[in-house]
Amino acid sequence: MQAVAAEPAFPPLAAFRIDGDAIHAPLAAIAADVQRGRDIVASRDGNCLLCHAIPETGARFMGDIALPLSGVGARLSAAQLRLRVVDQARLNPDTVMPSYYKVDGLHRVAPAFRGRPILSAAQIEDVVAFLQTLK
Amino acid sequence: MRALCMLLLWPLLLAAQTPAPRSGLEFASADVRALQADDFANPGMLWVARGEKLWNTPAGRSATSCAGCHREAPVSMKGVAARYPRFDREAGAVLNLEARIKRCRESRQQAEALPHESEDLLALTAYVAHQSRGQSLVPAKDVASVAARERGREQYFRRQGQMNLACMHCHDRLAGRKLLSDTISEGHGNGYPAYRLEWQALGSLQRRLRACFTGVRAEAPAFGAPELIELELYLVQRAGPLRVETPAVRR
Ligand code: HEC
Ligand code: HEC
Repeated sequence: MQAVAAEPAFPPLAAFRIDGDAIHAPLAAIAADVQRGRDIVASRDGNCLLCHAIPETGARFMGDIALPLSGVGARLSAAQLRLRVVDQARLNPDTVMPSYYKVDGLHRVAPAFRGRPILSAAQIEDVVAFLQTLK
Repeated sequence: MRALCMLLLWPLLLAAQTPAPRSGLEFASADVRALQADDFANPGMLWVARGEKLWNTPAGRSATSCAGCHREAPVSMKGVAARYPRFDREAGAVLNLEARIKRCRESRQQAEALPHESEDLLALTAYVAHQSRGQSLVPAKDVASVAARERGREQYFRRQGQMNLACMHCHDRLAGRKLLSDTISEGHGNGYPAYRLEWQALGSLQRRLRACFTGVRAEAPAFGAPELIELELYLVQRAGPLRVETPAVRR
C-alpha cells in the first residue's frame, strides 16, 4: 500500500437558510472582527479587489469589473451582504462573482482547493462585518 | 436590382454586426506596443535569432538540420504557423506547432526530444511562427480538427475552478476591464510564442492558458494535453482574420 498524503479534510459546510435575498443567521458563532475582514477582502484569500474597488482598504491596485463597494453597508443589511458573499449566483445565475461558500457543482477544481469553499464560515462573518462599515 | 444589391451587401451588414476581433496588442500600454513594434528592442527577437541558428544546425543520428529538409524557412515556412493546430495523419492526432516541431526533431532528425517550454523548442517555434508574421490565421477545415475544435469551444464556455468562471466570462464579456491591475484582452493567441514582461522570457500559448486555468483555481492540463490543443483550435477560429504577430510582447 502506498501512503497517500491526504489534504486535511475541510469540515462540512455549515447549514444556512436563505430568506428572500438574505441569510439572517451568522454562519459561525464568532465575534466577527472588522480589521480581519478588511485584511481578508484585500488578501489572496478573498481577492475581492480583483473585481471591486474598495478605496477604504488603502490598496494601490483595484479592479473595475464590478461596482465599487464604497457605500455598500448603507445599501444592504448584514443579512443581505451575507448571501451576496456566500452565493451571489442565487440572485444572478449568470454572475461572474464567485460563490465564496460553496463546494458542489464545480468543475475541474485544482486539487489544493477541492472540497473547500473559498472562505470559511468565520472568514465570511469577518468580511460581512467589514462590509457593514462601508457607509 | 435592389434585391441584388441587398444580396451583395448582406455579408457586409453581417460583418458590421459582429465587431472585428482585437489583438491583445490593442489592449497593451504604449510602452509595450513600442517594444513589439521595434525588432531591435523586442526581446522576443533574441529567441527568433536563436531559432534561426538551430534551424541550420545538424542534429541527431540523421546529422541533418531543419534546413536540410525544408531549405529556406522564409520560403518554406511562410504561412505555416497561421494554419496550426491541424490534424496530422502520421501522428493520428491534432498537433500544434510545438508538437509538429517536436515530431520532426524526434522522428526525422532522430535527435533527443526537446521538452515543452525548453529554450530550444521555444526558439524554433518562434522562428518558424515569425515567418508567418502579418498573415491571417486560417482555421483548419479537416474533419478531425473540426471535431476537436468543437470540444475546445465547449471548454471555452464551461465554468471551471473554485472561482467558477469560464474563459468566456473574462475574454468575451470583460475585455478592456481591469482585473486588479491587469487589463483583460479578448484572449487571442495570435502573438505566441510571446515575450511577457511578467515572465521576463518568451513563453508558449499553452503556458499562458495554463496561467488562466490556475487563475480561476482550476486544475491546469499538462503541456501538450489534448484539452489545450482543442482550446488552441477554438482560439484560432474565434480570432478570425487576426494576423500572426510572433514574437508579440505582452505585459
Ligand atoms: C470575479 C469578480 C468578482 C469578485 C472576485 C468579487 N465580486 Fe462581488 N460582485 C461582482 C459582480 C459582477 C457583482 C454585481 C452583481 C452580479 O453580478 O450579480 C458583485 C456584487 C457584489 C455585492 C453586491 C453589491 C450590491 O450593491 O448589490 C457585494 C456585497 C459584493 N459583490 C462583495 C464582494 C466581496 C466581499 C468579495 C470578496 C470576498 C467579492 N465581492 C468578490 C464580481 C466579483
Ligand atoms: C478571471 C479572468 C480570466 C479567465 C476566466 C481566463 N482568463 Fe485568459 N487572461 C486573463 C488575463 C488577466 C490575461 C492577461 C491579460 C491579457 O492578455 O488579456 C489573460 C490572457 C489570456 C491570453 C493571452 C492574450 C494575449 O494577447 O497575450 C489568452 C490567449 C487567454 N487568456 C485565453 C484564455 C482561455 C482559453 C481561458 C479559459 C481556459 C481563459 N483565458 C480564462 C484573465 C482570464
